[in-house]
Amino acid sequence: MKLILKNINLLHPEQKINEKETDIILSDGIISKIGNLNEKDNENAKIIDLKSKYVVPGFFDMHVHLREPGREDEETVESGCDSAANGGFTAVACMPNTEPAIDSAEVVTLIKRRAVNHLLDVYPVGAATFGRKGEVISPMAELFETGAVAFSDDGVAIKTASILRRALEYSKMYKTPIIEHCEDETFAGGAMNEGLNSTMLGLLPIPSVSEDMIVIRDILMAEYTDGKLHIAHISTKRSVDMVREAKRRGVKATAEVTPHHFTLTDDALKTYDTNFKMSPPLRTREDVEACLEGLKDGTIDCIASDHAPHSIEEKEMEFEYAPNGIIGLETEVGLVLSELYHKKILTLEQIIEKLALNPRKILNIPIPKFKIGEEANFTILDLDEVWTVDISKFKSKSINSPFNRRLLNGRAIGVINKKKMFYQDLFVEL
Amino acid sequence: MPLSSRHLLGLQGVPKEDIQLILDTATTFREVLERPIKKVPTLQGKTVVNLFYENSTRTRISFELAEKRLSADAINFSAGTSSVSKGETLKDTMRNIEAMKVDMVVIRHSAAGTPLFLTRICNANIINAGDGIHEHPTQALLDMYSIREKLGKIEGLKVCIIGDVAHSRVALSNIYGLKTMGVKVSVCGPSTMIPKFIEDLGVNVIHDIDEAIQENDVLNVLRIQLERKAREYFPSIREYARYFGITEKRLEKNGKDILILHPGPINRGVELSSEVADGLNQIILQQVTNGVAVRMAVLYLLGTLN
Repeated sequence: MKLILKNINLLHPEQKINEKETDIILSDGIISKIGNLNEKDNENAKIIDLKSKYVVPGFFDMHVHLREPGREDEETVESGCDSAANGGFTAVACMPNTEPAIDSAEVVTLIKRRAVNHLLDVYPVGAATFGRKGEVISPMAELFETGAVAFSDDGVAIKTASILRRALEYSKMYKTPIIEHCEDETFAGGAMNEGLNSTMLGLLPIPSVSEDMIVIRDILMAEYTDGKLHIAHISTKRSVDMVREAKRRGVKATAEVTPHHFTLTDDALKTYDTNFKMSPPLRTREDVEACLEGLKDGTIDCIASDHAPHSIEEKEMEFEYAPNGIIGLETEVGLVLSELYHKKILTLEQIIEKLALNPRKILNIPIPKFKIGEEANFTILDLDEVWTVDISKFKSKSINSPFNRRLLNGRAIGVINKKKMFYQDLFVEL
Repeated sequence: MPLSSRHLLGLQGVPKEDIQLILDTATTFREVLERPIKKVPTLQGKTVVNLFYENSTRTRISFELAEKRLSADAINFSAGTSSVSKGETLKDTMRNIEAMKVDMVVIRHSAAGTPLFLTRICNANIINAGDGIHEHPTQALLDMYSIREKLGKIEGLKVCIIGDVAHSRVALSNIYGLKTMGVKVSVCGPSTMIPKFIEDLGVNVIHDIDEAIQENDVLNVLRIQLERKAREYFPSIREYARYFGITEKRLEKNGKDILILHPGPINRGVELSSEVADGLNQIILQQVTNGVAVRMAVLYLLGTLN
């Protein structure tokens, strides 16, 4: 199929492309012409007039939970990919806290196979240790060979410093990062951030130092091994400061932040709504400001959703008994544009770095190019569409979002990848 | 004037007028409890369920007695003997109970926020009988009632809450209620048992028990949890008793006439010595009697609201 995207703003910071009001032709999903269209080009073409919408490199969410295998009632690779496409992503990295964990080539292959025919690129993150138990490092070579792009004990930090050391050393052979959920397990069991709110709500507290202690341990170990460390969902001011300082020293450390950690504070828990229960917990205004500052100055490399589907019955529960986590793929771009772009925290170029370029750099995945002959891998953005989040319209199988009914400014209106397009709620073969 | 809320979930944010109304109403019921026939027809035809997900014989009995003395139909549900062991969710249990046309639910649960959760899933009036380490409003109300009965006033007094404040629903409800009533509140205990940021609630923190005795009119002594996880917070019972226990000697040393409350059950020889637990300063059993009157007042005020 010949497809013409007309009147687009083409933006690719890496290639230094910033063209307004141009057109692009895709022939069977391959870029065949950029700009200077003539009458003849329009022949036999499907034309979409995008009226100054932005076309940018396809967004990549490097922290999602697809729940397959194990909890297909909450999400599957397919429904998670649909959710990602609807949210404006062309690629995700899925975390290994499945049942069984992603600690064998078979599970990596199963997940890859489930996504073969989907628009989305799915990159599994392997477990760093067998069963994520923190005892013996996983068969990283084999996992890497079958398609794992990073390793993590996801949901928990690697249990001991000595196993962390081995994981960093071993994964270094493949230049793959160790992704760490930074939380000291001896503090686990709390239900929210420690502060006046936890005292007033009678919920057992998780102090921010529980995250900070593992962040500093991990930074020291990354420095010692010269391995690659990626801090998942950073949430405290002190941790952001320590990553900044580590980067200055040349430690190979990167970090991501979730939209909820740069948007919400623990004030949101006053209603005991379990959709505000996550790990790490929502922190204070000071921590939110530090995350925003970290995004601005580059300390925080990327934005990831930590999309964590849970069934209704699991979340509709006494607060302390409900599981941690919220879904985020379909609100992420809207929150980024509302909270970061429109509030002038980040430029659109910086947002593309955090959502498209840096995740691929961290995971050693080639960055899509806007070049004739290349396969199109696009996210199409409407920066100014004002819309209301409606969980009933989500493609995810789960609805555990704290952002339902929230008014957002800006959204992804379509994606193109793997010779497929998702636009106006439809998947189309190109 | 009726109460400003149709539930009693806690004392945080409850206006002074409401607390005053509950205490004044309790005075009337306190008098009923002295009659030969201790029963009034006020809540006849109303059904109250005591939904107890946590063992608490005395609070449950106090509520049940209050309900029966108001002529309500009282039903007891305790987690051990019910569908909880079959894995039913709280929401399903609640909806089943509501389907039997229940007017009020008294809930005791180990998870904070559960009473508020119930208000979202059913229409009955909800009374919190203790949720985790969050609130236990009727306990604080009966404490205030007992203080007022004994000292003739609440406002302007100095009250110190002693013990494991960090894990006490009694402490938090007392802090909210007493502050609203114009009391100068302090807490005293080992620093591991005092939650961070508690001072932001307008509460003084002290770690010296003698100072607590000298500076206050009332001591509300909490029960020390001797079991399980609680032991992480203090080295030994001996050390706790020695540095934070209230003894006759200590009261004499500070030469002060002070009122001592305890929510029960007492660990004799730990937070209170036996002499103090049976002595002239304490009003522990009056608290128990007043508890029935205060709970009658709460049930009456909420049950006749609609």
